[in-house]
Formats: sequence, C-alpha cells, structure tokens
Amino acid sequence: MPAGHDTATSPATQRLNNALREAGLAALISAGLSFPILALGAEPDINNQLALQTRWSWMFAAIIIIACARFFAVMLDGWRARTLAMAGLLCAAFGFGTWYFAGIAEPKIVGGTIVAGLIAMLAAFPIDTSESRASIAAKAPARPATILSSTATSLIATAGIGALIAFPLAMLWWFGSAGSLKWINNYGIQILIFVMLGWGLNIVVGLAGLLDLGYVAFYAVGAYAYALLATQFDLSFWICLPLAGIMAAFWGILLGFPVLRLRGDYLALVTLAFGEIIHLVLTNWSDLTNGEAGILSIPRVTFFGVPFTAGEGGFAHLFGLEFSPIHRTIFLFYLILALALITNFATLRLRRLPIGRAWEALREDEIACRSLGINTTNTKLTAFALGAMFGGFAGSFFAVRQGFINPNSFTFMESAWILAIVVLGGMGSQIGVALAAIVMVGGTEALRELDFLKQLFGQDFNPVQYRMLIFGLAMVVMMIWRPRGFVSTRTPSIFLKERKAVAADLVGEGYG
Amino acid sequence: MRWQSDPLLHVEHLTMRFGGILAVNDLSFTAGRGDITALIGPNGAGKTTVFNCITGFYKPTQGRIAFARDGRADETDVAALTQTARRHARMASGDIYLLERMPDFEISGKAKVARTFQNIRLFQGMTVLENLIVAQHNPLMQASGWTVLGLLGVGPYRARERDAIEKAKFWLNKINLLERADDAAGDLPYGDQRRLEIARAMCMDPVLLCLDEPAAGLNPRETGDLNTLLCMLRDEQNTSLLLIEHDMNVVMQISDHVVVLDYGTKIADGAPAAIRSDPRVIAAYLGVADEDEAQAVAGERAGERT
Amino acid sequence: MEFFFQQLINGVTLGSIYGLIAIGYTMVFGIIGMVNFAHGDIFMVSAFIALLLFLALTTVIGITWLVLAFIIVLLLAMFFTSLWSWVIERLAYRPLRGSFRLAPLISAIGMSIFLANFVQVVQGPRNKPIPPMFNETIALTSGGLFDVTVAWKQIVIMVVTVVLLTIFWYIVQKTPLGRAQRACEQDRKMAALLGIDVDLTISITFIMGAALAAVAGTLYLIQFGNVNFADGFIPGVKAFTAAVLGGIGSIPGAVIGGLLIGLIEVLWAAYVSSDYKNVAAFTILIVVLIFMPQGLLGKPEIEKV
Repeated sequence: MPAGHDTATSPATQRLNNALREAGLAALISAGLSFPILALGAEPDINNQLALQTRWSWMFAAIIIIACARFFAVMLDGWRARTLAMAGLLCAAFGFGTWYFAGIAEPKIVGGTIVAGLIAMLAAFPIDTSESRASIAAKAPARPATILSSTATSLIATAGIGALIAFPLAMLWWFGSAGSLKWINNYGIQILIFVMLGWGLNIVVGLAGLLDLGYVAFYAVGAYAYALLATQFDLSFWICLPLAGIMAAFWGILLGFPVLRLRGDYLALVTLAFGEIIHLVLTNWSDLTNGEAGILSIPRVTFFGVPFTAGEGGFAHLFGLEFSPIHRTIFLFYLILALALITNFATLRLRRLPIGRAWEALREDEIACRSLGINTTNTKLTAFALGAMFGGFAGSFFAVRQGFINPNSFTFMESAWILAIVVLGGMGSQIGVALAAIVMVGGTEALRELDFLKQLFGQDFNPVQYRMLIFGLAMVVMMIWRPRGFVSTRTPSIFLKERKAVAADLVGEGYG
Repeated sequence: MRWQSDPLLHVEHLTMRFGGILAVNDLSFTAGRGDITALIGPNGAGKTTVFNCITGFYKPTQGRIAFARDGRADETDVAALTQTARRHARMASGDIYLLERMPDFEISGKAKVARTFQNIRLFQGMTVLENLIVAQHNPLMQASGWTVLGLLGVGPYRARERDAIEKAKFWLNKINLLERADDAAGDLPYGDQRRLEIARAMCMDPVLLCLDEPAAGLNPRETGDLNTLLCMLRDEQNTSLLLIEHDMNVVMQISDHVVVLDYGTKIADGAPAAIRSDPRVIAAYLGVADEDEAQAVAGERAGERT
Repeated sequence: MEFFFQQLINGVTLGSIYGLIAIGYTMVFGIIGMVNFAHGDIFMVSAFIALLLFLALTTVIGITWLVLAFIIVLLLAMFFTSLWSWVIERLAYRPLRGSFRLAPLISAIGMSIFLANFVQVVQGPRNKPIPPMFNETIALTSGGLFDVTVAWKQIVIMVVTVVLLTIFWYIVQKTPLGRAQRACEQDRKMAALLGIDVDLTISITFIMGAALAAVAGTLYLIQFGNVNFADGFIPGVKAFTAAVLGGIGSIPGAVIGGLLIGLIEVLWAAYVSSDYKNVAAFTILIVVLIFMPQGLLGKPEIEKV
C-alpha cells in the first residue's frame, strides 16, 4: 500500500486517513440504515403473534461491505481499479457468506473465493497507480459524434434482421426442440414484446416529449380487446389485431384530450392515474372481465387458419413435420418480430414526415410550434393515438401468446418498465430502445438462471425475488451513469450535405 | 401615409388585463401594407403583450384586431364580419381575418401572420435545415396526405419536400447560413440564431411578420446586416413588418411608421421624423416628472446602448 | 345520521395520515420541482421500522406502558426514516440535480421499486399484524340505532397530527431554516449567491418530509394494525393527490387536501362502492389536475411566451 513514512502528512497518508474516515462514516450511516429493518425481523408465530428475530450478522455484513466499498471508492481513482476492488469485495463476501450464512463448509469454495477476493482487492492498488499515470499521459481529445453512413446503417440493419430471423432456427438446431423453448420464448419473444412496447412509447415520450406513465393501459386495452372479441364473438386473431389497435388508439385519443392542457410531471401523474383506473376497472368489473381470475382459454394463434395441433389438419401434419409445441412458439416469435419491425419502420418513416418533425419540434419548443402554424392539439393526439395503437397490437399479441390474461399483467410496474426502457435507451433513438430492452428484459430473465445459488444458500433462497430489487437499483445507477440513455445524440431527419449527430445537451426533453 | 391609405392590420380599442394589472389600455393603431411599422416604448409599456394579442398567444380582454390578408379591409366589411360569429370572411376586397377570435396556430397558418420571439425560440436540438422545414409544416402535411399517403410512400410528398428544401436553401443563402445547414440550431452563435429565426418565420410566406426585438444582443455590424435584411424583406418579398425595437438606430433608419406606447397607452403615432420631435415621446423616454420614471428611463438608455 | 358522523370521524383519521404524507410530497415538489416517487415507499419503510421497534421495546426491553412505548417508537422511527430519506436524496437524487428532467423521476421510480422489494426480501412478503393498541372506544352518542364512537387510537392520531403540524408549520414559517427553504423555492441560484447552503436546505426538506411520513407510518400501523411491503404505492399516490388538491407547494393545502381525500374515500366506500374507492381517488387526481392545477391554496401559473 503506498503509504508515506517521511512526514506525518504526506499526500498518501492524508488520503488514507481520509479514506478511513469516510469508511467509518459510511459504516455509521449504514448501521443506522440497517438497524431496525435489516437487523430485526418479525415473523408471525402459530398464534399469529409477531415474534422478534435478531439478525445482527446480516447487519454487520452490510456495514462491513458498505464501509469497504466506500474505502475503495475514496482510495482508488481509476474505474478499472475500482471495478476490480468491488468485484473482489463481492467475491470475498460471497465466499464468506456461503460459509457463515449457508453453513457450507466446502473449503475449496469458501477459501478459494475469499482468497481470490482479497487478492483482487489488493491488486487494485498497483493497478490504480499505473492506470492513473497512463490516463494522465494519454488524454484522448474528445471526438465529435459521428453517424454511420446510410449504407453502413442499412447493412447493419439487414444483418441484424437476418440474425433475428435465423435466431429461433439456430436455437432449435443448437438446443433441440425442448431446450430451445426457453431461449425462443423467455428471451426472444419476451424481449421483442418489450422492444415493441418501447418503440411504441418512444413515439409519445421520445419524439413528442409527452411523459406517459400509464402506457400499460393501452397494452391492457389491446389484450382485453383481443381476449373478449375472440372469446365472445369467435373472431380470429387476424381480424382482432387491427381492431385491438384501433381500440387502443381510440383510448389514446380519449386520454389525450383531457391531458393536452397539462405539462411535465402533472401530465405524468394523470397518465399514471389513468393507467391505474384501467387496472382497477379490469379488476372490479367482473361481468365483463371476470375480475382477478381473468379471461381463460383465449383461442391460440393459428398459422393463418391452420391450428398448431397434433394430428389431422394441424400445422405439423400439413407440412409433413413431426408435431412439436415448439412450432407455435417459433411462429409467435416471427409474429412479434414482424409486428416490432412494422412499428420500427413506421416510426422511422414518420420521423421523416411532417408529423414526425412536428413531434420533435413540439418536444423542443411548443410555443414556437404554435407560431409556425402547427396545430399542437392534433399533433399531440396523433402521437398519443399512434403510440397507443402499437401498445394495443403488442397487447393482443400478449393475449394470444399467453392464452389467458388477468389484470395483474397490467400494473404500474409494467409502465415503469417500458418508460425505463425508453429513457435508458435514449429518448427518440430506435436502436437505443432496442438495446435497453435487451439489457433490461434479458438481464432480469438471466437472473432467473441464478437457481444454482439455491444449492449454496439452501432451498429457501429464492433468487427471483432479488430480480426487482436489482432492477430498481439498476434504474437508479443507470440514470446517474447515463442520464440521457445509451444513445444520447439525435440523428437529424434530413440533411443537405452531411448527416451530423446533434449533441445530447442541445436536444430538448419536452415539457408537455 | 400607407398606414392610413392602405392598412393591413387594424388594432382597435385593444385592452388586455392580467388580474388587476392593465397591460394594454384601449390601444388603436393601424399598420400599412408594405410598411415597416415600429412599436416602441419604455420597458413594461405593453409592447410584447400587444404582439401576443395579435399573434393569438393571449386572448385580449377587449378590442378588435382585423387583418386584411390580401386586400383592403373595408370598414363596412369588417363591421359585417364582426356581427357574425365567424373568424374569417372572403369579401370582395379580399380575405379578412378577426385575429382576436382565432387560435395562435391558425393566425400563423391561415392568416399568415408570423412572428419571432424576444428570447429566441429555435428548435435547438434540430438542425438549421430542419428548423426551416418545420416552418413549412402545413403545406407539407397536405402533400403527405395528412401522413397517410406519406406513410405508404405514395403521393406528391417527395417532390414537395424537395421544393421545401429549395426554399430553405434560398433563405439560408439570404442569411449566409447555407454552410451551416446541417448543424444544430443551438450550436449557432447568437446573432446567427436571430437571423435564423427570421428566416424560419419567412419560410411560412407571411404577409405580416412580427419581430420582437430582433436587434437585441447584436453587435453594431450585425445590426447593420439586420437592417439590410429587414429592408430586403419589405422591398423584395413584399412582406409587411411590425417590430418591437429598443435600438433607435434601427427604428429611425428603417421604419416607415412608429407607434409609441407608454403604460399600455398610445402616446404618439406617426412618421419617424415626427416621433423624434414629439414632446410626449421625449417626456416618456426622458421622464422628467418624477424620480422613479427617470430611473426607468436611465435603465432604458443603458439597454439601448448594448 | 349517526352512520354519517361515524364515517366523518373515520375519514378525518385517515385524512390525517394522508395529510402527513402529502406534506413530504408538497415540500419536495415546492423546492426542487420533483415528484418524489419513492416517498410512498419511505412511508411504508417507516411503518416497518415502527413495527420492529415496537416489538423490540415491548418484548425485549419490556416496556409495558403503552404511551411511553409509543412516544419512543415515534421519535426513533422519525430518526431512522429521516436517515433513509437523507441517504436516498444524497445518492439517487443529488447527482441528477440540474440534469435531464426525466432522470430524477426515473431514479425515484427505481428507488421506489428498490425500497418495496428490499423490504420484501428482508422482511418477507406476508402481512405483519401487531396487537391492537389504544383500541378502547368512547361512545359519543348512545341510545340511537347506531352509536357514534371514537377509538382512542383515532384521538391519538388526530392529536399527534395537530401537534406535529403545528411544530413543522412553525419551523417553516418562523425560523431561518424555513426562510432558506422558501428562498430556495423561489430561486435556487440566487439563494446560493446570498450564502444559503442550497444542498443542505434541500436535504433538510427531504428529512422533514420523511419525518412526517414516519409519523404517518406509525399512526397507520396503529390504525390498521398491520403493514405489508406493497403498502407504499397506493397511499403514496393518494397523498400526492392530496398535495395536488390542496395546491402543490402549500403545507396547509396538503393537510386540507389530505383530509378531503380521506373523507371522500371513506364516504365513497360507505355510500357508493368500496370496490371503486381507489378509482374515486384517482379520478379526483385527474379532475383536479386538469381543471384546477393550482389546487385549493396554490398559486396559479401563467404561461410565459
């Protein structure tokens, strides 16, 4: 450790003192945070009386981890060194935890992780010194933002779409018909639904700058529209899909009218309230929606009329394949891929039309728009209606995929997810939204894979419940790290000579 | 005296009240077709409020604002239109609009009264070219079949968009910003932003252009360029101008007609030379009556020098 | 008629709790113009803290005098909840000050999700019931078809609310701290130039809001006798509705709004439909925001061209 010995107040000593003081403070604060809520627990006993449990070890573990983290944050400058130290800390904590909390006395695991963690933490210091020296030596000048040429963009887009089309078949080939279900369904379809919802909301929030916290309402309208039309009137999915979109768009306009007068956070709250009202009505209007129980046995998707069933007349029989439930899943994948791509191409085209430019102008400065003859009422309503329509499409896809729906799929959390995807992706950026959906939905799906931790921490340990915990924390961290999202620059919709990206700090965020 | 012989804007008994404050009090004036009309007065005289009433951002408490887009606004025609509940009438003498009845976007879109703002309102995050294209929203919207045809890729939209770009290039040439067409508007220096805002308004082919302090914050050379630009708008584009300005050099050099406001009331109205020597105007600006007013005038003077 | 009076008392009790939470929303919105989305969950965390402290005091330390236990729990809950709120402001909101407008909102939503799930993970997903407290009732009328009663806990709730509101009202109106808060509300940059520590003032605002939320949390626990990790969202939204109804930025407005929302909710449930009582609250939020955005006691906003 670089500690000076010559004088009492050399910079290194000072820094160490400072770091120790900060770590002590962090320990004190974390003690205050964790004292009642972490250190004490209460579980009802047989008489339904709460019995107090103490978990001091949890509290001390939290204090030590936080204090160490603070210590490293003060001592280390470079991000590589910090990352390494934090990883080492977590690694050591994990090793210790398996031994102390889970009671696993596997010396290889426990000793190995603790030692590796300690080494990583110690190694962070020399790395930090060299890293900071290197960063002083080579201070790269900030490059102006560039945009790929249109040929490169279209090449990448084609390659991406090609990869997506190949995805389910590759999975099928790689994992077999049973093993690929998880990849195509949980990752592929789930992510694509959120990509589509993100793109739909992007019209409202990203382009028009209208903050909508109740987008899930349109998703719900789409889903219930399909479910009710299909179960009550026996209409096929292909007829219901456009109807569901139109209904959602209608609701979008209905919501749009009153909220036109509102701006900023107030608009956000009214849309939130609207989303909640829809949710409550779906829950309580049992005659129509069957309440909490939801709508069961919604007709499943067919291959343009050919059902995915075993035996005579089914898809497999018709095409001479061996029956497998994966056929339907693959078809659903292509269906949502097509819907998402339609959303994308429509949005890209809209951006180059007067309405799209008016949306962006509205986001930049509404008053200026009015001085240029733009009917802001109609412009906002169009944004709401189109965004809602794509939400409705996604909703009816959701219903046909699930086969049953209930109000619990359409809570505020869903709206928060979709909005987080749009903001994290970078408002207005199509590719950013897609990336954010992959990271967020894929990431939380991947947390389900942590089931192996059960073997370490015992069967009571449920990694899935940490999903939302990590998700919430990730939202905070990502906002601090990139408040304007992954793709923060704006691509102009038209150019004379050269398409230059517009820097993030110039792009408006909308106040409507 | 075109403001008497051929007026295109009649402001009559305009009154605007905000709660207890009387911002504009029974103001009447006319602006002549093809004139540069200057609206001047000390700070807080209500000039911007008048602009906001004319361009529909405020609904006046009382009064009538008649606008003859392309003919003479005959007294009897305007009176007849006022009797009805309508906003617009096509009379024998041309289209007449009652601006106080119209929403802001129709005033700019249909009556062709464009404006700029005191604190520049460009679309900062859009490029210079995009700013000028957005200004041609209404004709382009029509060409795109209200989005439906444009979305399907049919119809005359592509061609109309090319025309719009040509028009934008024409104006960029006029304000010497063609080189920066693909840069974000927010990246331009202040003076360029002022000129761009004027060019953006001109892309709407306005009949009357209202400029709110176009010379504010400009250096003397830029002010000179601005004078040339404004005279060009009047002489070559046949656009009538209504401007609020504190810079007396601009006002006296280019305007054909000056209206002076003080405390929301008109105190003088006439040709620049007459205004310069009007005792009431001098009193309002140099304010000898009481100390408060003198201080306001001193502040005003300081503002003029910048 | 007796039934109506009974509902009135219940409504005022509930409304007091909403009012206390609403003050946190209204103060934070007033000073930094942000909807502190996590405030409802701060309230929920405070109820858990109060619950655990109450159990610790009664079972481990063995305090049997309920009034003393209540006062200790109230004070400690205010302290620990304020600490949570301070840390959250410091870590999740302060770095985003002056940044992109949506960033603090998303950060606050993230915090709200984090808090609810943190409590779920460490305290379990089940309802936590506590033994009833101050449950004895006083009959206000008797002999009729229906006795109007008021429980001691309702009296406690109203008294505590009135006392604390008076204290906080005094702080905001009469002390230099309150003056600094109002200065920051008007113009943060200018306040900083005049030597006000803006960051500190904002932190204190969060702390004050959280302390009142902790009072609300403790009282909520006494009133309803149990708490759950998901109990932050709906009371949070209702309290925000109360803040908006009263006029955002106005502390007396928040209290009046809270009382109104409490009354409307109780009366709606009693006379119309208890299924749709939350719909009523949300509808009020929408209607007020659209038709009366300045609320009952707020200042109107004029659009600047």
